[in-house]
Amino acid sequence: MDHITLLVAVVIVTALAFDFTNGFHDTANAMATSIATGALRPRIAVLISGVLNIAGAFLSTEVARTISGGIVDDALVTPAMIFAGLVGAILWNLATWLAGLPSSSSHALFGGLIGAVWVGAGSKGVHFEQVVGKVLLPAVVSPVVAGVAACAATYLAYLLSARAREDRVTKGFRIGQIASASLVSLAHGTNDAQKTMGVITLTLISAGALGHDAGPPVWVIGSAGLAIGLGTYLGGWRIIRTMGKGLTEIQSPQGFAAETASTAVILTSAHLGFALSTTQVASGSILGAGLGRRLAEVRWGVAGRMALAWLITLPFAALVGGLAASVVKHGGNIGTVVVALVALALALGVVVISRRNPVHADNVNDDHEVTLRSQTPTGIGSAV
Amino acid sequence: MHIDWSALARVAAVSLGVTVAVVVVFTLGVLGLSRAADRRTGPATTLARAQAGLCFLACAVVVGYGIYLIVPRLH
Repeated sequence: MDHITLLVAVVIVTALAFDFTNGFHDTANAMATSIATGALRPRIAVLISGVLNIAGAFLSTEVARTISGGIVDDALVTPAMIFAGLVGAILWNLATWLAGLPSSSSHALFGGLIGAVWVGAGSKGVHFEQVVGKVLLPAVVSPVVAGVAACAATYLAYLLSARAREDRVTKGFRIGQIASASLVSLAHGTNDAQKTMGVITLTLISAGALGHDAGPPVWVIGSAGLAIGLGTYLGGWRIIRTMGKGLTEIQSPQGFAAETASTAVILTSAHLGFALSTTQVASGSILGAGLGRRLAEVRWGVAGRMALAWLITLPFAALVGGLAASVVKHGGNIGTVVVALVALALALGVVVISRRNPVHADNVNDDHEVTLRSQTPTGIGSAV
Repeated sequence: MHIDWSALARVAAVSLGVTVAVVVVFTLGVLGLSRAADRRTGPATTLARAQAGLCFLACAVVVGYGIYLIVPRLH
């Protein structure tokens, strides 16, 4: 392991940190509606999701040989740029988590890398036409497809079950939800843990520690799976609340329809080679399920804020990534340490602010809003 | 710039079809169970149970296919 320099070690740790934020950012995609409808108890739900994420990481052997699927020129990418890009992605993930906004971890990673490569290697390092075709277009299309599918399925489910006893219908769909939510988790584990493995593997290859075309070593697969699983288990309760309660009041038939639509869209598009955001697909499904039940209230304000977060995720992560890249580029090893320390300080700051009004397993279903200030003064005491 | 519209259309059509089919079949299964619980005995109950069993079996097959798609080693 002579090839592992300080920078490579820092990149690996940063990549695992990103994987961790990815995990707790995306728990909501699979589990938010199951938690909201009571199909699964909150702690059980995140445990299942975490275990399936780890399992998913080991199940798939399809290696992400390119970190970005051709969005940036991999030949020009250096470990320093990967580090800067990861910092941008992590900070954006933490900021949106604080606000309880389900933004896309994939877009944050792409954005961070685009910004870092642009600053580090110039605009020729970024393939803009690929950005449009592989990121922007699926980002617009996939939530709409998932939403339409969930809406139609929800409408039919309520139409057909209108004459049956409601408690039996609710119970039946709750059981179905356990299966559908688990499938979303498994698909998520195979997709997202792969991204981190790809990043670490590419870093090791560029540092000469691994041969070209090498697959990820077992310790990379294990640590990436563990990081995302741990993040998932700790649960992004703030985002779970927004997706499970904030968009619309979800009942179990809607939850089942939404999760089925998410799974269908994720699996068919992965099969045909489209990279898409699990987060956006799941949000589209939930919105569609809300519209499919007549009289169900959809909070368009929340939906609008989410859409805005999607729009600015890529450029903002790119901005932070670019900024970090310029510091690393001009500051060398000292610059890297400075960026790492500043990122750590900002991350701690976010965690401290979140403590003011914490959302956790016990209160996730109590409210539909995520605020930064505590509404009940007694909440502060119990948070510490 | 090349955009694969036909692949995109296929994703949309397959997703919509699969989602609606699974949810409708599952709903029929839940309805079968509910009807079986309403009447304790008789041929109608057996029929309702059979309907539920067939529907859930069909859903399980789709779930199995989903897992097959997720795990590349099975291809």
